[in-house]
Amino acid sequence: MSILVNKNSKVIVQGFTGKEGTFHAEQCIAYGTNIVGGVTPGKGGITHLERPVFNTVTDAVAATGADVSLIFVPPVFGADAIMEAAEAGIKIIVCITEGIPVKDMIYAKKYVDLSGVTLIGPNCPGIITAEETKIGIMPGFVFKKGKVGLISKSGTLTYEAANQIVKNGMGISTAIGIGGDPIIGTGYIKLLQLFEADADTEAITIIGEIGGDLEMQAAEYIKGNIRKPVVAFIAGQTAPPGKRMGHAGAIIAGSKGTAQEKINALLAAGVTVAKSPAAIGITMAKLLKSQI
Amino acid sequence: MNIHEYQAKKLLHSYGVTVTEGIAAFSTQEAVTAAKALGGENWVIKAQVHAGGRGKAGGVKFAANLEEVKNISQKMLGMTLVTHQTGAQGKLVRRLYVQIPIDIEKEYYLGIVLDRKSEMPVIMASTEGGMEIEQVAETAPEKIIKVGIDPVIGLRSFHLQKLSFGLGLTKIQSKSFQEIVARLFNAYLQSDASLIEINPLVLQSDDTFIALDAKINFDDNALFRHPDILEMRDIDEEDPGELEAANYGLSYIKLSGDVGCMVNGAGLAMSTMDIIKQTGGEPANFLDVGGAASADTVARGFEIILRDPNVKVIFVNIFGGIVRCDRIANGILEAAERIHVKVPVIVRLDGTNAAAAAEILRNANISSIHSAHDLEKGARLAVAAAKGEK
Repeated sequence: MSILVNKNSKVIVQGFTGKEGTFHAEQCIAYGTNIVGGVTPGKGGITHLERPVFNTVTDAVAATGADVSLIFVPPVFGADAIMEAAEAGIKIIVCITEGIPVKDMIYAKKYVDLSGVTLIGPNCPGIITAEETKIGIMPGFVFKKGKVGLISKSGTLTYEAANQIVKNGMGISTAIGIGGDPIIGTGYIKLLQLFEADADTEAITIIGEIGGDLEMQAAEYIKGNIRKPVVAFIAGQTAPPGKRMGHAGAIIAGSKGTAQEKINALLAAGVTVAKSPAAIGITMAKLLKSQI
Repeated sequence: MNIHEYQAKKLLHSYGVTVTEGIAAFSTQEAVTAAKALGGENWVIKAQVHAGGRGKAGGVKFAANLEEVKNISQKMLGMTLVTHQTGAQGKLVRRLYVQIPIDIEKEYYLGIVLDRKSEMPVIMASTEGGMEIEQVAETAPEKIIKVGIDPVIGLRSFHLQKLSFGLGLTKIQSKSFQEIVARLFNAYLQSDASLIEINPLVLQSDDTFIALDAKINFDDNALFRHPDILEMRDIDEEDPGELEAANYGLSYIKLSGDVGCMVNGAGLAMSTMDIIKQTGGEPANFLDVGGAASADTVARGFEIILRDPNVKVIFVNIFGGIVRCDRIANGILEAAERIHVKVPVIVRLDGTNAAAAAEILRNANISSIHSAHDLEKGARLAVAAAKGEK
């Protein structure tokens, strides 16, 4: 067990023959991911990395039975690629593409939700079920198999956290980078729910950042629904305020999105918060030890 | 990306939004010419900088005749405007907007912004115009009416009704108000704006509304399809260091401390600043060299960090994933030599080939480059070096 994806997941790559798509598809294949083909419009019929290339996702699904898609297309086509995958019957879409316009994502997200499809990202490192399947761009070797589920807004900080967890004698069941864009496919709550129900996950680590209020929602959800131990870290405790998003966005969200506010909410929900980014692994190790 | 008030008004006018009449001026002479061209007896001169709160800071002045237009413009051009949004260093005024004054019956607030929670644009309106909306949100949140616009149905009559009834407008006032909201919303969608604010939106004695100020932020990711908007970019308003970094694909923000930071990934970069502060130091900057750090990006990063005279040490914190640490280590040595880095450099490399990287740094045996095997140790060494400790 694990969540969302495992060694049986059949994966296609959209933007398969491009530079990024080719490089990371090769890395995924080397990790053991079952990549069954790819899509590049206009290149249907050729073979790439010993796998078939299709013009459309519909063709790829019909021929391979793929249920997961990994997207590497340029940002201009990002939202379209997501909607095409949803329309073709893909169940889990992982979008790595960075820089998709917000307006495009508003529509793509709406369509994905209406189709009952799970979208991870965009602008994220992807998802990995340790030692089974890597559907993304993370360095696979960091994620040794274990019982900790990891959900993170960040890229390299996810690797840092996984590395610390492993160095402290534990391991990862599934790790998901959810991305930090204003509109993302899947937030913390749905993944927390899946980890809570997953027999192979004993504890959960969540990595958040300043801005937005997803961590506040997560804290609220954890309070009433998660019984497994949770460790959290929030990046940007010392970041100067108001650098990226205008304050008007924060007003709407009903909160300012500061690290302290998020930390307080998580603490109030019974989550163990690592104050230092160097203490994520040790905090989890201590918490698990204290529960035996 | 941000634009100036005069540019925002021009853009909104092209969508049919009623805005004040005015002309931009880059010199005193141009300001006088603008006033003459606009006609009338008196004018308002407004400093054009990318920051709010200009009125209180002396960036908005009334001119009763052409002589005053000249004098005020002369003073305003070249002055440094310090508002609550500029920081202590303020912003240099290089452009003016000469405007015909309007009669003000009442001031309202009107804004459109993306709500991340409901994942749709939200129109906000308030009777408390002319003051900071953040302040209204804090002291009298019930005075802000918010209406989310679901992309599936778009802007509908009932949305507009909710806003006008919420503001307590009369039937005749509503007609003008709703027209402006509909056109503003169209401008928001068509131009890929991330924020539009009209503050104040002025009700005039004839019961019509007019935009007295205008602020627009655009979604940087969508600028590729708006060459006309991109042309309005004013790089004088941007930080030169941040701008240069952006040209090399680096994300740099200057801060006030003395520990220079170079990190791959925004989350790890923020965490690095956090741990420096927790260790008793002050970060000099935020610098994200991106997921795929190379010798070249490292060298550029060093250059940009060292332009800040406060920097006493550089802390390199890179988690090598797809990028191999041994390559980064070589890049650091190459960059340190190429640009003659004189401050100590603390290097923490972890991930792919981290052991080989440590070996490379050790063998290079450069006294100013120190290797740290984990994040905590690296931060401690960097903070100690900044304080002149060994």
